[in-house]
Amino acid sequence: METDPAAHPEVDKMIELRDIYKIYSDGDGEIRALDGISLQIDQGEFVAIVGQSGSGKSTCMNIIGCLDTPTSGSYHLNGIDVSTMNEIELSHIRNQTLGFIFQQYNLLPKLNLLENVELPLIYRGMPQKEREEKAKIALERVGLLDRAKKMPSQLSGGQQQRVSIARALAGDPPVILADEPTGALDSKTGRDVLNFIKKLNDEGTTIVLITHDMSIAEEAKRILRIQDGKIISDQPGRRGIA
Amino acid sequence: MNFKQSFSLALKSLKTSKMRSFLTMLGIIIGVASVIILTSMVDSMKQFMVNEFESMGTNLITVTIKDRGGNRTIEPKDMIELVEQSDTLAAVSPNVTIPAYIKIGSDNQSTTCIGTSETYKDIHNLEISGGRYLSYVEVTQRQKSCVIGSYIANSLFSGMNPMGQYIKINGHNFTVVGVAAEQAGSTQGGQDDRIYLPYTVARSLSNNSRVSSYSVSATDKERLDAAIGEIKTALYKVYQDEDYYTVISLSAIVDTLDELTGTLTMILVGIAGISLLVGGIGIMNIMLVSVTERTREIGVRKSLGATPWNILSQFLVEAATTSGCGGILGIVLGIGGAFLLCSMMDLPTVITLGSVFVAFSVSAIIGIAFGYFPAKKAARLNPIDALRHD
Repeated sequence: METDPAAHPEVDKMIELRDIYKIYSDGDGEIRALDGISLQIDQGEFVAIVGQSGSGKSTCMNIIGCLDTPTSGSYHLNGIDVSTMNEIELSHIRNQTLGFIFQQYNLLPKLNLLENVELPLIYRGMPQKEREEKAKIALERVGLLDRAKKMPSQLSGGQQQRVSIARALAGDPPVILADEPTGALDSKTGRDVLNFIKKLNDEGTTIVLITHDMSIAEEAKRILRIQDGKIISDQPGRRGIA
Repeated sequence: MNFKQSFSLALKSLKTSKMRSFLTMLGIIIGVASVIILTSMVDSMKQFMVNEFESMGTNLITVTIKDRGGNRTIEPKDMIELVEQSDTLAAVSPNVTIPAYIKIGSDNQSTTCIGTSETYKDIHNLEISGGRYLSYVEVTQRQKSCVIGSYIANSLFSGMNPMGQYIKINGHNFTVVGVAAEQAGSTQGGQDDRIYLPYTVARSLSNNSRVSSYSVSATDKERLDAAIGEIKTALYKVYQDEDYYTVISLSAIVDTLDELTGTLTMILVGIAGISLLVGGIGIMNIMLVSVTERTREIGVRKSLGATPWNILSQFLVEAATTSGCGGILGIVLGIGGAFLLCSMMDLPTVITLGSVFVAFSVSAIIGIAFGYFPAKKAARLNPIDALRHD
């Protein structure tokens, strides 16, 4: 799956990290959460980042998700250098380029499903009519349009996760980041959610999945293992082989 | 995210926790209501007093002379002469006030008698409900006629027509020629508990040959100052010392009243302002709690692309909406309370639009000012920490 940069146009490189360091200093010394990571993810890939807790995979995810900035190194997302951006610019990148799926779904309990899905579109400044249209399409894709006016608490965990997927894809971002998306679900529901994510990938969305569970990671096309802030292996997953 | 969305979101979050929102608003509600009630009470009180004074005659000048003995003195004829020769002065009435013990048949009571001339009625805008006021002849001929106040008419002549009846004042028989209309609710000791006599008669009843008080009217309100000046000049010629007399117009009293109530309003609004401030601190407190409670929500919003400004404005709008709603409730409560209190105290209700406007804008500003710190705190939250927060 490795892509030769020379053989492909620049835009195909969706995510490109070069020598990324994230160093925290605590009184006595420094903790290298990311210790020189370089990686490249192309448009349309389905990559799982696997590691134990404390391995640096969450920090890696935060940096890819533009929630955090590296101490040093450069990060190009969709051809744009985001490693030196300020908070406001990063908000816009998160809004337009990235969709997040969290382990705890993170739906806002006081908003109904439709309003939850509309949120990223609100921050994009989309007019209400268009916003509602798009949010409905997203809800339809996850099969929950008939419950658009329900509150999150009225849904099961699996359904809530599907709403959060709808929210992530409502704005048609080129990249979706899923942080342990099945971690809070039973294995059958987890499987359904994973299948849905695979389907999204088949439709062309680049997926980055963070997990500690190898059986989940195996579903990706490519698996990156992280340990002590370094990438220790980069190999195709089961889907990649097939 | 535009203002309308922030606003509807803020309303929604107020609705979802009604009790908390109400308690948060309570400080603002009480503050705004007390500003409105207090200013309205002071204004109503002032209006009431001004009305009272104006009913006594806005052209009225009261001259009081302290007894000095010796030859230097002013007699009623001097005052009458002064008024007759003046362009600015319309009329004068010497006033002699004496305490009196009155008796009709076997009923008796004490009251106040005011000796006046026939001009008193017009100078003081006195209304007559039956009969007539004292006449020039009665005053100059020292006839024992009198006009009684409505309280006396009600209490001593209950049911009877007092006209032409005799009334014994300090042992002398007087004929009742008129009844004054009710001025202040016909209460004992009030303005209706009075008997008006010719001042010439009152002087002899009191064994006091000096007249110490005069009511003078100016020809019109605009020339009041000139009129006062003229009286003062004439009096100074006689007494050569300003300490022996005072010349006061009702307008001057009303002006003093204005100043006094202005100060009173400032003090009361200041006190009410403190409760607005306390209300603002209450809002800040709740907003801080709210930011902490909603840390995760803030993280989610940020991950979905909310800028710090989006978060800041969301919390600011929420704080302003809370205090604004409190302000509106406070205005309703304040206006209602002012009407209730004024009607209970028999005062004319005066609500100035200014106080309502100021109270509301202050409450909205307080919401924004005290909401800013918590909102800034929310906007600064690191999205990663916020997302990890339970």
